[in-house]
Amino acid sequence: MDRIKVIEVKEDVLANNDRAAQALRDRLHDQGTMLVNLMSSPGSGKTTLLAATLDALRDELAIGVMEADVDSDVDAYTVQRHGAKAVQLHTGGMCHLDAAMTEQGLRELGIEGLDLVFLENVGNLICPAEFDTGAARKVMILSTPEGHDKPLKYPLMFEVSDLVIVSKMDVAQHFDFSLGELEKNVRLRNPNATILPVSAKTGEGMDAWYEWLRREVRQWKA
Amino acid sequence: MHELGIVFHMIDTLEEVGRANELTSITKVTLNLGEVSGVLPDYLLDCWRWAADRTDLLAGAQLEVVQIDAVTVCNACGRTYGTIEHGKVCPHCGSPDTVLLRGNEAEIDTIEGW
Repeated sequence: MDRIKVIEVKEDVLANNDRAAQALRDRLHDQGTMLVNLMSSPGSGKTTLLAATLDALRDELAIGVMEADVDSDVDAYTVQRHGAKAVQLHTGGMCHLDAAMTEQGLRELGIEGLDLVFLENVGNLICPAEFDTGAARKVMILSTPEGHDKPLKYPLMFEVSDLVIVSKMDVAQHFDFSLGELEKNVRLRNPNATILPVSAKTGEGMDAWYEWLRREVRQWKA
Repeated sequence: MHELGIVFHMIDTLEEVGRANELTSITKVTLNLGEVSGVLPDYLLDCWRWAADRTDLLAGAQLEVVQIDAVTVCNACGRTYGTIEHGKVCPHCGSPDTVLLRGNEAEIDTIEGW
């Protein structure tokens, strides 16, 4: 046996994922496709919000959707019915997507000519926050029944998000939920995040979300 | 359970390092792991054993986890405090304007091999 060598590595455990994610982001920028990483708990209304968004924007933007789940393909069928090009990604038991899985999904979807691609990440407030997928923007959805203390319990998710959508505002009054408290808790972790209260059901606040998307897509392509 | 995903990424990195240094076998990996990194050492070690033993380079390799205590510094009064005990708000002056100094890392420090 050769002599044992000690080698100093000094590298973050996710450094190779971060490099792959940055390379993917650069490529998407060159192609003019904005990838949005959509994260939330299960049942926050991601798919309902996406369906409404597709109905509102499909005539002005070419949109693709990647649905990530541990299994099943119910969500991909739903968004396809609303006119988006969609693929279902299975993570095979994993709780998140990383850059390599995202890249594989984009290849399967085919992004030629698409302005905007939503990556509907696995429903989970912890792991998806840790892994850079190569997305241009990170959006997290918090539904009002989940309560306004979520930013205190899952700080990283709120730290990394560019936009926090507060969904199901139409039922907020039935739950122990204060928008003011939520804003305070988000600001503690992330002073720069935009916060948009919406209801996909009644349409409340949805125009501000569409306007945010239009503006970000314009900036990404500029 | 993001520990399994983290282990897969670690193995990719270690295989690159192994190739670059022409190693046949890695026998030990030391990892600096912050107290508030969100990575659980017990889960990580279980995932490590399962995944490392399925590779040629890392079969049997020991993973040593060195815990890094989490420390936060207060921008208002300049003092530091233990993050786990006191969280985001400074226990000395009550300011929420604080920054995590260390304790968030998950970093491969050194490897031993031949």
